Amino acid sequence: MDLHIIGQQAVNGLILGSIYGLIAVGYTMVYGIIGMINFAHGEIYMVSAYLTAIFLALLTAFGLQSLPVVLFLTLLLTMAFTALYGWTVERLAYRPLRGSTRLAPWISAIGISLVLQNYVRISQGARNQGIPVLLEGKFRLQAAAGTVQITHVQVVIVLVALASMAVLTWIMHHTSLGRCCRATQQDRRMAELLGVDSGRIIATVFALGAAMAGVAGVLVTLNYGSFDFYIGFVTGIKAFTAAVLGGIGSLPGAMLGGVVLGLAESLFSGFVNTDYKDVFAFAILVLVLIWRPSGLLGRPEVEKV
Amino acid sequence: MTPLLTVEGLTMRFGGIAALERVGFTVSAGSITALIGPNGAGKTTVFNCLTGFYQATAGAITLQGPTGSLDLVAILGQPLRGSDFLDPVTLARRLFYKMFGGSHRVTRAGVARTFQNVRLFKEMTVMENLLVAQHLRVERNLLAGLLGTPGYRRAEQAAVARGLDWLQILGLRDAANRLAGELPYGDQRRLEIARALCTGPRLLCLDEPAAGLNPRETEALSDLILRLRTQHGLTILLIEHDMSLVMRVSDHVVVLDHGEVIARGTPQAVRQDPRVLTAYLGMEEEGGP
Amino acid sequence: MTGRDGFLDAARWGLLALLVFGPITGLVLDGYQVVVHWQQPVWLAALVFGGRLLLNGLLATGPGQRLARRLARGRAGGSVLVVAGGRGHGRIWILILLALLSLALPFALSKYWINVATLALIYVLLGLGLNIVVGLAGLLDLGFVAFYAVGAYGYALGHQYLDLGFWQAIPFCAFLAACFGAVLGFPVLRMHGDYLAIVTLGFGEIIRLILNNWVEFTGGPNGVRVPHPSLFGLDFARRAKEGGATFHGYFDLPYSADHRVIFIYLVLLLMVMAMVHVVVRLRRMPIGRAWEALREDEIACRSLGINHVGIKLSAFAMGATVGGVGGVFFAASQGFVSPASFTFFESALILAVVVLGGLGSTVGVIIAALVLTILPEVLREFADYRILVFGLAMVLMMVWRPRGLLGLRRQAYGVDP
Ligand SMILES: Nc1ncnc2c1ncn2[C@@H]1O[C@H](COP(=O)(O)OP(=O)(O)OP(=O)(O)O)[C@@H](O)[C@H]1O
Ligand SMILES: [Mg+2]
Repeated sequence: MDLHIIGQQAVNGLILGSIYGLIAVGYTMVYGIIGMINFAHGEIYMVSAYLTAIFLALLTAFGLQSLPVVLFLTLLLTMAFTALYGWTVERLAYRPLRGSTRLAPWISAIGISLVLQNYVRISQGARNQGIPVLLEGKFRLQAAAGTVQITHVQVVIVLVALASMAVLTWIMHHTSLGRCCRATQQDRRMAELLGVDSGRIIATVFALGAAMAGVAGVLVTLNYGSFDFYIGFVTGIKAFTAAVLGGIGSLPGAMLGGVVLGLAESLFSGFVNTDYKDVFAFAILVLVLIWRPSGLLGRPEVEKV
Repeated sequence: MTPLLTVEGLTMRFGGIAALERVGFTVSAGSITALIGPNGAGKTTVFNCLTGFYQATAGAITLQGPTGSLDLVAILGQPLRGSDFLDPVTLARRLFYKMFGGSHRVTRAGVARTFQNVRLFKEMTVMENLLVAQHLRVERNLLAGLLGTPGYRRAEQAAVARGLDWLQILGLRDAANRLAGELPYGDQRRLEIARALCTGPRLLCLDEPAAGLNPRETEALSDLILRLRTQHGLTILLIEHDMSLVMRVSDHVVVLDHGEVIARGTPQAVRQDPRVLTAYLGMEEEGGP
Repeated sequence: MTGRDGFLDAARWGLLALLVFGPITGLVLDGYQVVVHWQQPVWLAALVFGGRLLLNGLLATGPGQRLARRLARGRAGGSVLVVAGGRGHGRIWILILLALLSLALPFALSKYWINVATLALIYVLLGLGLNIVVGLAGLLDLGFVAFYAVGAYGYALGHQYLDLGFWQAIPFCAFLAACFGAVLGFPVLRMHGDYLAIVTLGFGEIIRLILNNWVEFTGGPNGVRVPHPSLFGLDFARRAKEGGATFHGYFDLPYSADHRVIFIYLVLLLMVMAMVHVVVRLRRMPIGRAWEALREDEIACRSLGINHVGIKLSAFAMGATVGGVGGVFFAASQGFVSPASFTFFESALILAVVVLGGLGSTVGVIIAALVLTILPEVLREFADYRILVFGLAMVLMMVWRPRGLLGLRRQAYGVDP
């Protein structure tokens, strides 16, 4: 086994993992606050990939020349609009179900993901879409018997992912919004009695989670350059796997789970088999849920009788 | 009197919090025992350990059965220990209970319970609630049921009749075909008792049966509890905050505070106990009257 | 709400719609460029604005408020009705009439429509199976398609490797699917309900990916051909195999490809009828009661001596069995199976059947399955919007009538001594 191949797969895995982590944040935050698995979250990420391409094209058409400015504006616009999607979905499909049966939000979420997929397919067409290559160039690192390549895009991905995670963590710990989120998470009724508008907080959490998926959408599009209306499903499940792996409900857990899953998947496809890499990821999901549902950083739940 | 249930050294920890600390008491066969204590003392936790919903951190719970005594902790399925591998019989038992054990076995051993917050099958009828409770006593063979064999029908009729009997005793007969969730609160509480009785228990555990009832309903409830003992030969373990009810029905009282037993004895004796007074009234032990 | 408030509220919604729909419907990607279709978001926003305005107006009137209250009640789940036992003679006659009608149906339809009806019946069967798991036992199974695939591939590969015929395949695949259900269920069913949904989803995908990638065994994405079924050794082919006889030859009929299609339809119809009978009985049997009790309150069930894992497992395995049988019929009627037929979307569709039928209601499931398969055939022009509409219907259903359109009925028990 060559060291440089391991190195290369590790780099690829890290990139993949950052993406999973960014999406996993949305699952984890929503689960933490209302105990619901937001099945449609993967589709929000899919929408954000389209938004990225649309805003890039639009900004370029307006004649913006400087690449960093275009990318930054695209990132901001995509985040804003994805957050809007997250907010709207919560408002229309989940909020009316609060206090309903346990199945209801699931079914509503599945409905929403069918709707989003087909809404995008009908509006944008079923074919693959893409963006031109914007950032070229790579760093080469000498490893034992070969080189490990790290493209500039990959560096950008890791930096942006880290930065947005840092901002999110800061928001959750140092702003009154974050305090309200955490209070609502601990005890919604009590938080409401203390004057927290829990409906608004929950909607904000959906919007924040969606915005992080938006970041992931921008980064993925920059890295791979092409996407279709179906990418949300598999990536969504894998990001959910990452959230569970890290311990659902925990923010650092989501990032950790993402990186672990990304590394595992990329090493598996590098050394074992590419065809079965999705099977491998799903198998991880199943096994983690069976043996350690509380994940790496989560606390085990005791059911209250 | 022979003890029906023996609890020894029962300890339950949730993370760092010790909800129960070496709790021990016995329930004599045919008695009415009350478990009392301030809010958060750990009474419901005792029930949950007893009926297998929580796996006790340490301690033993033994139920005297017709065929000898039964360890209610072991049948929940315990983690394997190194020493088990030396003893194939223990190992086999542990493996069996680990795979197939669980709280349902406690009920099968003859312990039934109600819940502090009523837990009924709300969208099923009252009668169906009672039939579910008799799951172990009816004909469960799939083929017999699908074909509607005479044996199956007889078993179903007997189950309905038994359910009606209990409804009659609890004064719910007219509600047999109503949805459980539609009943008034007091009826729901009694339905839950009827449902527990339908499992054919020897020990009935009631978790605050009088909570939310008005004085007249509480009065009727205490008559009922007494009747269950005298006419139906049941042993009853009762958690209750209503002291007049406790004083009226119980033979034996166990007082819990902060997860520890602070007193036990007859209702009169317990009522005089200074530690109980302190626990309830929250006075300093030295400074008390 | 005053008129002005209603208007402002509608305007806010319209603006939101403009923002949400704006980029995706209004800016369409074309290569690396975008083409502006400004009319679409504007129309959609106008629609939202108008709809909201109308709704606000309606809510301000007396009948509107009454309607809203009724909807709110439906949402609270007050739609369960207890009906006295002993069905009227009228209902029996209606059932017999329906049965005769559906038996006669294929002789009046073209081959195309018989195929549609067969597919509809397959969905009825699958819906009834999934209804046991989701509607009765309350276990959300998002990988139901896995058992359907096991059935279909069980027949196709069973024929290829073990030379199984259609009639042997039915019990074989039923058993195989039940085993899959049990093996998956045993470790999984102890879990928290939401995790169960995800694990079943993962399992469904794993099965599909294996079918897709294990080319040597399953033929991979190219799929497998499935033989046509036979009746007591009589083939539905034009010419008999050596030593065999053909159906049309034996009965001295002119050859027609319709015979096979009608045959599959009729066998399937009988299967569905048997299944309906079984489901109706199950609901009144101890096992069915235990399923529903488990859905209502698992902890209470355990306190009554019911082994919740065992009961869940039985529901899961029962659902899987039905799914497996559905798969055999699917394979037989298509003559070909490939992994593309067993995507998550298929699971979602079967779930939609169960949900729109009103979780737990047998009649509802049957109607929903028929409507969801036949309606798209009738409205071919709108084929593009089919799934979109399913999705919307699922959401609306959960928001307005989570207990189904029909409302549930429960049988009363005779109380007289
Ligand atoms: N599943 C659990 N996880 C963590 N702590 C628990 C759990 N169950 C009970 N506790 C804790 O154990 C203590 C005892 O609780 P328990 O419900 O037994 O009290 P109780 O005596 O029944 O009170 P009450 O009269 O209010 O019903 C409480 O501090 C409670 O918070
Ligand atoms: Mg309590």
